[in-house]
Amino acid sequence: MSASSPSAPSRRRQPWWWLVIACALVVPVLLFAYVAGWMTPDRLTPARFVDQFQHGGVHPGFRRNHAKGMCVSGYFQSNGAASRYSTASVFATDARTPVIGRFAVPGPNPVASDAAGPVRSLALRFTPEDGQQWRTAMNNSPVFVVATPAGFLARMIAHQPDPATGKPDPARIAAFRAAHPETRAFLAWAKATRPSSSWATQTYRSLDAFEFVDAEGHQHPVRWRMQSETPAPINDEGSGNDGLATDLQQRLAQGPLRWRLIVTLAQPGDPTDDATRAWPEDRPEVDAGTLVLTRAESQSEGPCRDINYDPTVLPNGIRISNDPLLPARSAVYALSHLRRTSEEAHVPGYPAVQPSATPQEHTP
Amino acid sequence: MTSPTRHFHWLPRLLHWSMAVLIVAMLFIGIGMVGSVSSTHEALIRLHKPLGILILLLALLRVCTRLAARPPALPTTLPRWQKHAAHASHWLLYGLMIAMPLIGWAMLSAAGDPIVLGGGLRLPPIAPQSTLLYAYLRQAHTVLAFGLFATILGHVGAALHHGLIRRDGVFSSMARGRRRE
Repeated sequence: MSASSPSAPSRRRQPWWWLVIACALVVPVLLFAYVAGWMTPDRLTPARFVDQFQHGGVHPGFRRNHAKGMCVSGYFQSNGAASRYSTASVFATDARTPVIGRFAVPGPNPVASDAAGPVRSLALRFTPEDGQQWRTAMNNSPVFVVATPAGFLARMIAHQPDPATGKPDPARIAAFRAAHPETRAFLAWAKATRPSSSWATQTYRSLDAFEFVDAEGHQHPVRWRMQSETPAPINDEGSGNDGLATDLQQRLAQGPLRWRLIVTLAQPGDPTDDATRAWPEDRPEVDAGTLVLTRAESQSEGPCRDINYDPTVLPNGIRISNDPLLPARSAVYALSHLRRTSEEAHVPGYPAVQPSATPQEHTP
Repeated sequence: MTSPTRHFHWLPRLLHWSMAVLIVAMLFIGIGMVGSVSSTHEALIRLHKPLGILILLLALLRVCTRLAARPPALPTTLPRWQKHAAHASHWLLYGLMIAMPLIGWAMLSAAGDPIVLGGGLRLPPIAPQSTLLYAYLRQAHTVLAFGLFATILGHVGAALHHGLIRRDGVFSSMARGRRRE
C-alpha cells in the first residue's frame, strides 16, 4: 500500500484491489449471518421455540405460552432466615417486598380449559426498595418434564396436532417418550394428579436450581418452592373450563392467601443442571418467609400484563445455576415478550402470522 | 505535503480504532445473543450492556474531539458528491453510535427491567415505563443495528477505496500518524 505518498489517484487499473475490497465487505456479512444463525437452520434459536408455540396460530397480545392466566398482587414478608445464605435484600429480617404475580395454566391458548392438564403456574416479580428485582416463574409439578431446551422443542413438535386428524399423533408422542426417559418422573406425576380446582391450594416450585450467594461470597445451590397454606379440598371436584379465575376471586374476597417460601439447600452431588431430577427428601430446608397475595385482576388490565417473568432477572445475592433451561427460558421469553408487546403497540408487521380467527377452545 | 492537517491527531485515531473494534464486536454480540438459547446467551447479554455504555461514552468523547479539531481536509480531487457522502456518513455513524446505547438503555427502562452493568452497578431508568414505548424502541434497536452495520460496511468500503484504488492519503490519515522524517 503506497498510501504514504499522497500522490494523484492512480490511473492504473487494479482489479485485484477491487477484489480485496469486495472480500473485506462480504466476509463480515457472512460472519454476521453465521453468528445470527441464518446459515444454520438446525441451530436452536429463540425464534424456533416461539414459532413452534405459534404453530396453532397467534393470539395477538397474549403470551406465547401459559397464555391463560390472571394477575395478582401482594407482598413478601421475610423472616430473615434466608439472609444467612443470600444477601438479597428481599431476605433481610422483617423486609416486606411488594410483589406482582400471575397465576396461569400452560399452553399457547388463552381460552384453554383449566381441566386440560394438571399443571398450574405462579410467576412473581419482587421489587425491593433498592431498585433490584427478583423474577421467578414456577410450576406446581415436582420436576420439569425435560432437562434441556432441545428436549423441550422435541416435545412440542411431538405433541403438535397431525394435520390429518387435528389431534396429536400418539405414535410420535410415544416415540418422543421412548427417546426421552427423563420425562418419566413428570409423566407419572401428571397421570396421578387431577387438575386442581384452585390456584390457591397449589405449591409452586422453581424446578430449576439457582445459586444463593452469602455475605462471604460463598455460593449455595438451591431450589425453592412457594408452599400453599391453603388446604386442598378432600375431594377436589376439578376446575371446569374456567373455574380457576372464579375460585381465586372468591377466595381473595374472603381474605389474603398465603404461601411459605421454602428454600432447599443442595448437598454436593445433587444435580443443579437437570430439572427433571428431584433432590432427595432429606435435604435441609429454610423457611424464608411468607408470600401474601391480596388482590387479583384480569390479565388484560392487571399490572402483570406486560411483565416478562424472565427467571434470570435476579437481585444481588441470587445467581443462575448451570441449568441449561435457564438461559433458554430467558431468550425465548424475551422474544415472546417482544412479539406480544409489538402486537399490543400495533408495530407495523405485527402479528407476523395470521391471527387465529377463532381461538381454539380447550385444546388438550 | 506534510502539513499538520494531513493526519488525524493521536486521540481521534486511538478513539477511532478502539471504537471500531468495540462496535463491530458489539454488533456480533447483539445478533449472537438474540439467536442463542444456550449459556452463550447469558454471557453475551452480560457483555452487551456495559459495552454499550462504554461505547456511548467513547462516542460522546469522539464527537467532542471532532468538534474541537477540524479533521484533515479531503483531497481537492475528490468529486463533490463523494465529499458530501463522506461528511453525511460520518455524522450518521456518530448519530448511530450515540443513539444505539441510548435506545437500548431507554427500552430497558420502558420495559421496567433493571439495567445492570455487572459488579453491582445499576443505571437509573431514562424513560417512563410504557409497553408502547418499549415495543417501538426494541424494534428500533434491531433496525438501527442493521443500519449501523450497513453504514460501517460503507465506511470500510470507502476507506479501502481511498487506500487501495485512489491512494490519496485519506486512508493513511486515520491509519497512522505523521511520519517523522
